[in-house]
Amino acid sequence: MKLPDLTELAVRNLRESFLRNSLTTIGISVGVASLVAMLSLGIGLQQLASRRLMKSGLFDTVVVTSRRDLRNFGRDEERNAPAPAESRILDEPTRQQIEHLPNVLEASPDIRFITELRYEDKPHLTMVAALPASAQSTDAFESVQGHFFSSDTAPEVVIQKAFAEELLGKTPKSGIDETNVAQLAAPLLGKELTMRYAQRETLASAPSTAAHGSAAAASSNGLADAAYSVVSREQKLKIVGVADLDPESMRGPTRARVFLPLKLAESLHVMQPTDLRELSSAASDQPVYSSVNVRVKSPSQVQTVEDSIKKMGLNTFSILDASRSIQQFFKVLDVFLGIFGSLALAVASIGIVNTLVMAILERRREIGIMKAIGASDGDIRKLFFAEAGAMGILGGVLGVALGWAIGQVINLGTNIYLKRQSFPPEHFWSVSWWLVAFAILFSFGVSLISGLYPAGRAARLDPVQALRYE
Amino acid sequence: MSALTPSSGNNTSAINTAAIDTAAIHAEQLCRYYRMGEAVIRAVDGVTLTVRAGEFVALLGSSGSGKSSVLNLVAGLDRPTSGSVTVHERDLAQLSREELAGYRLHTVGMVFQSFNLIASMTLAENVELPMRFAEVDRGKRDSLAREALARVGLQGRMNHRPSELSGGEQQRAALARALINRPQLLLADEPTGNLDSHTGTEILNMVRDFNQQLGMTVVMVTHERALAERYAQRLIFLADGKLVGDESNHPAATDAATNNASVKAGQR
Repeated sequence: MKLPDLTELAVRNLRESFLRNSLTTIGISVGVASLVAMLSLGIGLQQLASRRLMKSGLFDTVVVTSRRDLRNFGRDEERNAPAPAESRILDEPTRQQIEHLPNVLEASPDIRFITELRYEDKPHLTMVAALPASAQSTDAFESVQGHFFSSDTAPEVVIQKAFAEELLGKTPKSGIDETNVAQLAAPLLGKELTMRYAQRETLASAPSTAAHGSAAAASSNGLADAAYSVVSREQKLKIVGVADLDPESMRGPTRARVFLPLKLAESLHVMQPTDLRELSSAASDQPVYSSVNVRVKSPSQVQTVEDSIKKMGLNTFSILDASRSIQQFFKVLDVFLGIFGSLALAVASIGIVNTLVMAILERRREIGIMKAIGASDGDIRKLFFAEAGAMGILGGVLGVALGWAIGQVINLGTNIYLKRQSFPPEHFWSVSWWLVAFAILFSFGVSLISGLYPAGRAARLDPVQALRYE
Repeated sequence: MSALTPSSGNNTSAINTAAIDTAAIHAEQLCRYYRMGEAVIRAVDGVTLTVRAGEFVALLGSSGSGKSSVLNLVAGLDRPTSGSVTVHERDLAQLSREELAGYRLHTVGMVFQSFNLIASMTLAENVELPMRFAEVDRGKRDSLAREALARVGLQGRMNHRPSELSGGEQQRAALARALINRPQLLLADEPTGNLDSHTGTEILNMVRDFNQQLGMTVVMVTHERALAERYAQRLIFLADGKLVGDESNHPAATDAATNNASVKAGQR
């Protein structure tokens, strides 16, 4: 029998016992809906997580440190690394060399120091960090009140919400802090801060000179070039923005309360903790950095960039490994959600078997007649398959629609909740076209498998027996 | 196939070699046993017979005599326990299930006592059904079904369901369906059993016309001897699964009234 005839007869038969077949089809569609719902949730959550993480700039960043950096001492990866003598200093030429590596967008030094900031004559001791202009595009600064630095050298600062509270004399509350950033920002924007800091000043001549008298350091082994003096300086800074960042976040540059433009910070030559250590070997007046943040074009190129930086004799760290395990976690989650979703479909497939076996009993005579007038076993089998398949496709389409609707409702509900908790709305639910296609095909496939037994049974029916019953 | 010349032979001539050449059906020591728990029921028990092409044969016997079982074996609906049935030189026992279905589809047309139309389908769809199995083109199917129903006088009832028709109309539709794939053999199992005598006559007139005009071989199972004598050229008697009699018969010439009825019904 040809496919159009088969389909026509199948649809006709399905219409004959409309209620029973509708119920079975609804059963399938509930199964498909639960599968679609589960998988959409899994995929949606994964997309949400990776969207967040990508935007955070974590995955395209490589942190480069010198192998001499004591902060990394004793870390696992160090044990196989070359001896510190072979490693190189993370100075300005090295930074430029890194910046010229393929796929590297930017290599910015990580400048951070603890210093005193005066606001309305009250001193506040806090961590200050330099930010490259590119930081503006990451999600950390997308919700800044006021604006980002007007230029890379402007004497401007962006301060953390918590620091703003401190400046205004408010005590930060624990738990969910509902204080509005905008309210905090209003009295502070445009105000001036005075930063007192220790400037490193390279000595031009004799190491013993202490021109400004605050402090002097010189190496005992007579390397006069490496000596410098430390001078106390002040810098006036204008508050241009208040950011709502998590100071404990994983992302390095944001672990500070006050941010300066990078070029400005560089020009200040602020005394860095590493400076003392570099004295023993640094022979030039080039700045030396404790670490450099390298931004890579895409997360997929992080590994190659990391490898080539390691070849230069430097330490690298990226969150790539962490992202791999996150992806693995979501794969496992998807599988589990898929299994639970499929369970409902498995139950529905038993419904198909039941419906079709009932149909055989009911249409026993009809099958006998068809055989008597020349239907082959194959024709009968195909007819039952077509009925199972039609229920499967119909159930699949309905199920996808139902699953999509459930997803929309959950999305809406969650976002209403999020809004009440004053979080930005999120998209948890993702029904992609391939999921739709997969769900319908899967439903079709499961239905055909369910049809195997009834179709085989109908095909084997003995026409003489079938026609004997009145 | 040429029009039938009335009964040129009897059962003795049927087994001579010349006659076997034109044999439509040949059964040889045909047996069909059923197992009912411990007991074995010998529904057909060693029947040997030959039906020539174009013959109108009646199988007579009381209920349980095995006449319907013989018909089912010839129809390819059932397989013999032993012995053989050969139809147009094809040994049915040798055919696969699939080939047997093809044989039922193209070589045999069947009508039943209970009409066996599919209740959920209209007459046109019922008549069309064998053509669906034969994979006849859709456009062609429609006109053939229309034509076949017109031939049995049901052109006005094409879109009715069987339940909306009288028994006679249903049997006429069943006849149209049986003949739609132009079979060489028409097998009728008590075709008038559920009909009043007038309607029964009408149906059998039609069957006779198909037999004569299309040269179709007809085997009819019945327990009404009078009806068989009126239409069949040969009467075969069965009892307890065995052949107990085989006599040629000279049916009455087609009377004017019935002839008119069937000609009217047979309008193309």
